[in-house]
Amino acid sequence: MSAAARTIVGVDVGGTFTDLFFYDEARGRFRTGKVPSNRGDEAVGFLAGLRGFGPVADLASIVHGTTVGTNALLERKGARIGLITTRGFRDVLEMRRRDRRHTWGLWGDFVPVVERDLRAEVDERTLADGTIRTPVDPAEVARAARRLAAEGAEALAICFLNAYANPENERAALAAAAAVWPNPNVACSSGILPEIREFERTSTTVLNAYLQPVVGSYLEKLDGALASEGFSGRFHIVQSNGGVMSTATARRLPVRTALSGPAAGVIAAAAIAKAAGFPNVITGDLGGTSFDVSLVVEGETALSPQTTIDFGLVIRTPMIEISTIGAGGGSIAHVDAGGLLQVGPESAGSRPGPVCYGQGNTRPTLTDANVVLGRINAERPIGGALARLDVAAARAAIARHVAEPLGLDPMAAAEAIVRVADAKMAGAIRLVSIERGHDPQKFAAVPFGGGGALHVGALIKDVGLRGALVPRYPGVTSALGCVIADIRHDQVQTVNLSLAGLDAAALDRRMVAEAAAARAVVEAAGLAVERIDTVFELDMHYVGQTHTVAVALPVAVRDGTTGLSGAAIQAAFEAAYQTSFSRLLPGVPARIVNLRTAAIGRRPHFDLAALAPGPEASLAAAGLGTRPVWFGGAWHEAAVYARLSLPVGAEIPGPAILEQPDATTVVDPGLTARVDRLGNVVVTRNGAAA
Amino acid sequence: MSAIDPVTLAVLKGRLEQIADEMDATLYRSAFNPIIAEARDACHGLYHAETGDTLVQGTKGLPIFVGAMAFAVRAVIAKVARDGGLAPGDTFLFNDPYDGGTHLNDFRLVRPVFRAGRLFCWLASVGHWLDIGGNVPGGYNPKATESFQEGVRFPPVKLIAAGRLNQDLVDILAANTRVPTSNWGDLNGQLNALDLGERRFGALLEEYGDATVEAAFAAFSERADALMRAALRALPDGTYAFEDVLDNDGIVDAPLTIALDLTVAGDRMVLDFARSSPPAQGPINISYATAVAACYVALKHVFTDVPANAGCLRPITFVIPATTLLGAGAPKPMAGYTETILRLIGVMLGALAQADPARATAAPFGTINALSLAGHRPDGSRWVMFSFFGGGLGGNPETDGLSHANNPISTATIPPVEILEAAYPVLFTEWALRPDSAGPGTHRGGLGAVYEIEALTDADVFLLGERGKVAPFGVVGGGPAALNRFAWQTREGWASPPMVSKVTDVRIEAGQRVRLETPGGGGWGPPGGRAPEALARDLRLGYVSPGGAARDYGQETGQDTRQETGQEAGHQPGRETGEAR
Repeated sequence: MSAAARTIVGVDVGGTFTDLFFYDEARGRFRTGKVPSNRGDEAVGFLAGLRGFGPVADLASIVHGTTVGTNALLERKGARIGLITTRGFRDVLEMRRRDRRHTWGLWGDFVPVVERDLRAEVDERTLADGTIRTPVDPAEVARAARRLAAEGAEALAICFLNAYANPENERAALAAAAAVWPNPNVACSSGILPEIREFERTSTTVLNAYLQPVVGSYLEKLDGALASEGFSGRFHIVQSNGGVMSTATARRLPVRTALSGPAAGVIAAAAIAKAAGFPNVITGDLGGTSFDVSLVVEGETALSPQTTIDFGLVIRTPMIEISTIGAGGGSIAHVDAGGLLQVGPESAGSRPGPVCYGQGNTRPTLTDANVVLGRINAERPIGGALARLDVAAARAAIARHVAEPLGLDPMAAAEAIVRVADAKMAGAIRLVSIERGHDPQKFAAVPFGGGGALHVGALIKDVGLRGALVPRYPGVTSALGCVIADIRHDQVQTVNLSLAGLDAAALDRRMVAEAAAARAVVEAAGLAVERIDTVFELDMHYVGQTHTVAVALPVAVRDGTTGLSGAAIQAAFEAAYQTSFSRLLPGVPARIVNLRTAAIGRRPHFDLAALAPGPEASLAAAGLGTRPVWFGGAWHEAAVYARLSLPVGAEIPGPAILEQPDATTVVDPGLTARVDRLGNVVVTRNGAAA
Repeated sequence: MSAIDPVTLAVLKGRLEQIADEMDATLYRSAFNPIIAEARDACHGLYHAETGDTLVQGTKGLPIFVGAMAFAVRAVIAKVARDGGLAPGDTFLFNDPYDGGTHLNDFRLVRPVFRAGRLFCWLASVGHWLDIGGNVPGGYNPKATESFQEGVRFPPVKLIAAGRLNQDLVDILAANTRVPTSNWGDLNGQLNALDLGERRFGALLEEYGDATVEAAFAAFSERADALMRAALRALPDGTYAFEDVLDNDGIVDAPLTIALDLTVAGDRMVLDFARSSPPAQGPINISYATAVAACYVALKHVFTDVPANAGCLRPITFVIPATTLLGAGAPKPMAGYTETILRLIGVMLGALAQADPARATAAPFGTINALSLAGHRPDGSRWVMFSFFGGGLGGNPETDGLSHANNPISTATIPPVEILEAAYPVLFTEWALRPDSAGPGTHRGGLGAVYEIEALTDADVFLLGERGKVAPFGVVGGGPAALNRFAWQTREGWASPPMVSKVTDVRIEAGQRVRLETPGGGGWGPPGGRAPEALARDLRLGYVSPGGAARDYGQETGQDTRQETGQEAGHQPGRETGEAR
């Protein structure tokens, strides 16, 4: 293998910047890159970034975290698509689960991604037990498909009732439709998500079709651009589950890219924290409008089975569990009619942005408060787009909109804004940690993105966290995640088996088959892996319940069997149930609803020591003097350091500010920052061991 | 009580809501019956030690309980005052609708929180159990004339005394239901939620101190009061009258009026329902507690910023005489309380629309359509499929109404067809939006739905619905929606109920179907003001038929129209489109 064949680049295309992380596995060397994103023609920034590392043709592999799918969903810019359903059920997609937008308030409507005239019905019916009551007529399906294609549909979804129980009618319809459909973008629901609940399955299948032309043409464009540069290596995409997949799989299942970008960030934050000796962390990405939180327990990210992208847009496929609250740097502070200070959810975004950007907004934001308090350096704004920030304008806005109504002076008002925002972030962290029974003393915060490190002090104090770990390069965390993410493929199959009298051998055969199928997808991805693990999970409940608990099965396929018994399943179910709820229900029979299978191709170990500061780093070289920063009702003279020049082992007592091109770390009084052997900054309470 | 800084207050607000939210989530996930697990017919919160006032409520709980639970806790407070013996580790259980609001299916668990030997506050949980006896599986007996025909009534009694479960009571509960396992599972789910709430709230008190948390409770209440007063001050002073009717009470086929005189004077409001009909023979009565709770729901939907605690009701005076069906007492039947409160909420929206036309919202579909199909499987086991169905919300200044929504009293989701078909011997033959069901308007209502279900065994049919005679109204010139319709197959063809929206004593055979067509929401603004492209889209997508466009929007659409309007000639403008086959 040539040296060139061991180079990998992670590329995270965000709304403003494209971040890159280049890693030479042979030499253990890395480089980072940041270029402006080119919305609408991402290939331009993508290639410009890659060229920064030398000839693109020399790269062995590229792994990409993308928001193309996310944006297409949020902005409703997917393709025009068609849907064929069981007769009588074309409106399932539009009728949702009969929900409302908000608990309180009756306004707002809903437009599904497939309008009613592009939803065709055909005669067919499968019963809940899998019996086919009415076979499908392929000629009728072909006629419906031709009509939808003629009306401009670029992709086709086929969703029949009870197809999870028997996919025969759907498969026959798929064959008939594919024969007349002008492109490969045709799928049936049992091929995308063979799981019970028709709305969720239809929504997922339809959103997959909605993204297929968009993601497909995006990947095609990138493929073309890479080919034109002579690139002949492997090109992969990060999925919402935090694993990577081949572009072939991404084209088939684009709905799995919905949280591609954020998932990569969580993966990297988890890996960095684990290497630094923090297996339990809460990652926090503070952007312009939102704060995204994710929980990592014993080095493992939490996956949620379903995500609602927006009202009525449900995707049911495992995704890294990311909770979002409306508190970001651009969140607007105001005093409500009841006299309570609120920060967000309204946001000034990045345009016009905070008052201090001088781009026309006059209502104070969280960033304005941070600037007024001296926590953000007004002379060296992050990102480099602005020369300096307008502190006076920010202070005036805070005085008018917050200080006067509350009867505070402007500095106290600015501090109150930060505290309320801190409380919201702390609340989000509590929701994913304490509220699920995790002890905050065992967790550290890992802020990444541009803004999170400004608030680590409050997160430590308000939530009672063990400390915070600021990665050495917070701004390229997602790009780094692309490089280190495992390959992963998730499958689900509704089985509806009663545990009493379970045919364990039949379930075993099913598990072995599912495992083989999932493995095949991982193997076909073609990236080097050390081994492939198969993980089984059952969704189970007591007969009569509709919700399920996830029951992890500690088994693997050996010699063509998992060796699983009904008694082992019962024991695993009771353990999982007891963890979730205080009471077991002896005597009530249990049932297996779904079988979940994941194949995970473990990537070769990535040595994060490569990121550590070099021997040239020293405390003296890093010192940038002091500046006044407002903490706890008074100005403090805070030491300021160039963060990347700090040596391993450096200890900086608060109050201090650590600056680097893409992030600012605030060390509050009473806290100490220490540079660990990997170059991360670890912030803890004075006297506390991290 | 110590003063509390605004920042700590904001932090505590979030923490306390999270506790209630997590109690909700715990019950949803561990409940047995889909009315709780899927339809979220449940609620949790923290209540004042002496008054029972709502201090904190979850953000996901059933809206109607937010107002009603305070009365439930008050019933326990009264019981303790009378009988004494309150101790740490106690948990009370009851379902008495006259004391605690709503109906017999709603089981309330109320548990004291003690601090240093003193009662600090109450934790409570309420959830809708599937069946608690009575003449009709599921409890929605449209023919009940007394509470005794609806199920068993429990006054507040100790389910757990100082940590010891009263097994006698558990046995009595089990003996008085058609579905003992389901109720047992739900009871355990509610206890799971209370256990969790107790742990979380205890930890919070340890962290912040009792005095700070108590001060926060007082401040939340003040704040809700202030916000509600601010909202009322923004309305012009005056009296706004509005009334609407219920089809019938299921016993006597005569309409029942809910009439409101809403008076705004400065930052106070009087809600006077004295002109409403007297208590009914059938099960559509509600208690004072339920009526207040329903007013609260309507206000929260209009003034969405006002927080969910008792403070917001302070500026409001209620006039709900016991001589009306809104202030009924024992043993008046109340199983169908949802229909009455939905009409009451509509009346509130109608009156508020006059006070503030700029924020007017047309009537939601306004019926829950509690439909039960019950029979026996080939193996002899009993099955009862019970569900509520959706309809359209009203047009409003911003948008058309939402199609196929849940009712304003609820955040319930509907069980999927596939879950129902897997659980019960039924086959849905249609699950669709209902054309022409929305009230026309500049912003039309949302569409109602059509559900057609084939029974795979013989089945008894029960329905408790409404809106069969007077359609959901429009506002600011918008038109009314379509009427609710129900029909079932017989050997002679389709039949419809004599009481229009209420059905008992009907049995269908295996292979026969029932069909429910629900109303949309009323329209907002004159139909003539609807943007031509919006109406063209309605026609293209079949939300509005050519006949409907001609009738409601004066749209010239050619030959199809004449044909359709010809068919419609004999019908009222209430618009009974979508003929049942």
